[in-house]
Amino acid sequence: MDAVILARLQFAMTIGFHFFFPPITIGLAWLLVIVETIGWRKKNEIYVKIGKFFGKILALTFAVGVATGIVMEFQFGTNWAEYSKFVGDIFGAPLAAEGVFAFFLESGFLGLYLFGRDKVSKGVHWFSGLMVALGSTMSAFWILVANSWQQTPAGFVLRNGRAELTSFYDAVFNESMLIRFFHTIDAAIISGAFIMAGVAAYFLLRKQHIEFSKAAMKVAVIVGIISSLLELFPFGHEHAKQVAQTQPEKFAAIEGLYNEEDGSPMVLFALPFDNPPELKGVIEIPGILGYMVFGDPDAKFLTLAEVPKEDRPPLWLTFVSFHNMVILGMYFIGIMLLAGYLIKKDKLWDNKLVLKAFVWSMPLPLIACQLGWITAEVGRQPWIVYKMLRTSDAISVTVSAGEILFSIILFGLIYLMLGSLYIFLFRNKLKHGPEPIEVKGEVA
Amino acid sequence: MDLNIIWFILIAVLIIGYAILDGFDFGVGILHLFAKNENEKRIGINAIAPVWDGNEVWLLTAGGALFAAFPIVYASVFSGFYIAIMLLLVALIFRAVSMEFRGKVESESWRKTWDVAFGIGSTLPPVLFGVAIGNIIRGIPLNANHDFTGTFLSLLNPYAVLVGVLSLVLFTMHGAIYLTMKTEEEHKTRMINIIPTLWIAFVTIYFVVTLYSIFESKFLFDGILSNPIFWITFPVMIATIIFIPVFVKSGKFGRAFLCSSITIAAMVTLMAIGLFPNFVPSLNDNLAQSLTIYNASSSQRTLETMLYIALLGMPLVIGYTSFIYRIFKGKVVLNEDSY
Repeated sequence: MDAVILARLQFAMTIGFHFFFPPITIGLAWLLVIVETIGWRKKNEIYVKIGKFFGKILALTFAVGVATGIVMEFQFGTNWAEYSKFVGDIFGAPLAAEGVFAFFLESGFLGLYLFGRDKVSKGVHWFSGLMVALGSTMSAFWILVANSWQQTPAGFVLRNGRAELTSFYDAVFNESMLIRFFHTIDAAIISGAFIMAGVAAYFLLRKQHIEFSKAAMKVAVIVGIISSLLELFPFGHEHAKQVAQTQPEKFAAIEGLYNEEDGSPMVLFALPFDNPPELKGVIEIPGILGYMVFGDPDAKFLTLAEVPKEDRPPLWLTFVSFHNMVILGMYFIGIMLLAGYLIKKDKLWDNKLVLKAFVWSMPLPLIACQLGWITAEVGRQPWIVYKMLRTSDAISVTVSAGEILFSIILFGLIYLMLGSLYIFLFRNKLKHGPEPIEVKGEVA
Repeated sequence: MDLNIIWFILIAVLIIGYAILDGFDFGVGILHLFAKNENEKRIGINAIAPVWDGNEVWLLTAGGALFAAFPIVYASVFSGFYIAIMLLLVALIFRAVSMEFRGKVESESWRKTWDVAFGIGSTLPPVLFGVAIGNIIRGIPLNANHDFTGTFLSLLNPYAVLVGVLSLVLFTMHGAIYLTMKTEEEHKTRMINIIPTLWIAFVTIYFVVTLYSIFESKFLFDGILSNPIFWITFPVMIATIIFIPVFVKSGKFGRAFLCSSITIAAMVTLMAIGLFPNFVPSLNDNLAQSLTIYNASSSQRTLETMLYIALLGMPLVIGYTSFIYRIFKGKVVLNEDSY
């Protein structure tokens, strides 16, 4: 197989797998800040217990996230050397800043948060939890700076055969950066809320740790309602508007705009096809899209037919990923509102159907995150830096297809194992519940 | 002093920070393979549990800083050392998860599996880092486009492998010294007793590597005797190497640890002044193909921006990291939060 495809496959696999974990970490970290605040200020032992238990889940998730995250930092150089040479002047800085401003904070204080509960005052311990949340959020900030620059590059000039920085501020706050940051962080908070809610639902179904689970469920549902509504509006809406304005080709692939049409419809359902790009079996509402993006139902959008063939993003994958993400987003709002209503009526605690739905919904926000990420990255193709550098010109010239294949198989197997172990240990943690494990062996 | 030189120094500082801090984590992991019983294993893991992850961030930051300040070095070396870096990543992945996974299932074979993963995951990185450094000191084959033209096997030349062994011994000793501060009774006695053996091995190999370097590296020693930094660093290093066993013998373990840390810092410094102004010398006779701190760097604006980031962030990092280390100072006591 061709080295470009293999290099892309490897990147998709390593970043896709890694990206299951940071949303849980970021989301849980903020939920833990809330829980620890209540536990500390109101001296409520139940909340301290919730903090300890979800702290362990955070630690497990963090370990796999860190382990798979190191790969990210290295593989721009290993697999994408030409890209690294082209963008190093700009792209390296956010990665370094992520280390300096985010990773040190997150990992330093995570050690204190997990292992230092008895060694420091309650206030310092609470602070360490806050720093973990802040650190993980800053890490998302810097990585989105780097990725958004690929989407909407700014603050540079082409010189000496590469992109050279002219304004750090412009490069950081490029057109897509802030809205993508909010969109992604909110997705992470939704992911955390569904993990907490799912765990609580699991215990409630088994009639275990009732008080613990009710308290955790309430926190998760309140956070879940707010965050899932915000994800639709303003974050999702504004992000779509930004894409339509700054990356019209991607927007065309997202919304399935493939030939000249009247009145910019919003597609509710369709079967997408590539080569040539088209939709079949379309159900649509005319005019809505133009109204939502430009406030004008007759607004004209760029369509894929108008884009030269070699510059077209693939329709099928972009369209399918985006629409399924949106469907999931609607589901999150629905189930969270329903749970909120049932809690208010005091009817959630023995509602088996809804509780079961919560247990099985735990991975769904993570899948939505993956779909969103695919939309963002595949929709940018064939560019690695939008309209500046093609993905096919960005790979390492010294690395052979065979070497890449070797590493794909190696990491594929390792990730399969890590993924299975994570799920296995997560389930173990659930089965055991929040009671502390007795210390085995001699204590030194 | 220009920005390129400042960034060459800052990258060296990040590497020193990484080597000292994650170095003892590796040492603890290597010694884990030889631990006598479950209690010793848990003490070892919990001696680094709260801090290893922060220590590894020095590597990530050094990688990011290299990417930002010297992108050509980052691109050429990382793609050139492809297989070696993949192996390094696998090792670091296993080291990270094995600590977290090991205590989670009540089973002898489960724990043994993760013991091995932790041990090997801690042994491989120092060896690979040593091999990489050996190759960089020796020079690597680069073409006019600054692309690596060698193979993975060509990286495993005898000189580089010997530097790998040196690195392994050094970090094992460093880890043993760290553990003297964290352990008690029999466990501590055994750590104290293996340090002299490791020390003799380290000094012997280091001596051989130095002699070997004179033949292998074309210019590492060029002008070094007229460099004032050499005349500060070299005597300090000799002194700290000598004082390691002295302090261990007199029971001043904190000072012994300080000495081995300074030794590591001095070794990296000596390598840096030997390479300067090259970053990665070319193995071909054509030294013009070498990656230097000038032809491989980012623009001045980026170097300047990055300097602000470093000046703003690193004092803070050093501040809270020291604070966290102080909290976990002293012997390891296992409790319900421990691994």
